[in-house]
Amino acid sequence: MKARVHVMLKDGVLDPQGAAVAHALGALGFDGVEGVRQGKVIDLELVETDTAAAEARVREMCEKLLANTVIERYDIEIG
Amino acid sequence: MKAAVLVFPGSNCDRDLAVAFRNAGADVTMVWHKDSALPQGVDIVGIPGGFSFGDYLRCGAIAARSPITAAVIDHVHRGGYALGICNGFQVLTETGLLPGALMRNAGLKFVCKPVDLTVETTDSAFTADYGKGQGITIPVAHHDGNYVAAPDTLAMLRDEDRIAFTYRDNPNGSVDDIAGILSQNRRVLGLMPHPERAAEPAHGGTDGAAMFTGLIGALAPA
Repeated sequence: MKARVHVMLKDGVLDPQGAAVAHALGALGFDGVEGVRQGKVIDLELVETDTAAAEARVREMCEKLLANTVIERYDIEIG
Repeated sequence: MKAAVLVFPGSNCDRDLAVAFRNAGADVTMVWHKDSALPQGVDIVGIPGGFSFGDYLRCGAIAARSPITAAVIDHVHRGGYALGICNGFQVLTETGLLPGALMRNAGLKFVCKPVDLTVETTDSAFTADYGKGQGITIPVAHHDGNYVAAPDTLAMLRDEDRIAFTYRDNPNGSVDDIAGILSQNRRVLGLMPHPERAAEPAHGGTDGAAMFTGLIGALAPA
């Protein structure tokens, strides 16, 4: 079973890299970009076959390692 | 005073930190990250600068989950001392032993230069040999030193006099110019500047030496 984790900075946490990307897009002539936030995508291959069990396990992984919940939030997609 | 200096793959200030501890009079043991216990009778653990595990995932994230770090967490919970410098500060925030987090520098550049700091509190073994409000010059060398914390955490740090050092000319965007913070029991210090790189005349400055002599003063057997 596959799982995909999206890790993003929490709303309200300034994202210097996202701001730099926004600036670079403007410099390339892409108008109308009001904001850019940069995050991570982590793909996992799991032995687990039960969706609920897999999600619970990945949530634990996010809390313990994959995200720093002081500054980041995460979303989990299963399957 | 017995000191242990942790070594992770990618640590690069471990030997400098050991020299600074030794020059101050400490008995130093280097401890590999896969070890699950600290040497018997260690008073202070030094978590050095560098790029542990290549800064993969987040700076300090993987080191914070290493076997030896579990032993460091136990040591701190028993009232032991710990000093985290640069990547070591990042490791300490990742473990939760210190609050907040260190993000990419606001200017996005790796900053490597001497910076002027203010000693904000002398109420700790790390800062006892400085004067309150004293200006000192210590080098920084980091890409991710932008300290962030929730407003209530910052208020707590201020109320409890736990901000140890601030930048006089903020190089990285850290909130409230914070360069280093103490734990609630004042026995854990995390800071981005490198006192071990300003600890003897050949370094070009000696303002960092007082941190190590202060520790010896507090931790040497009476």
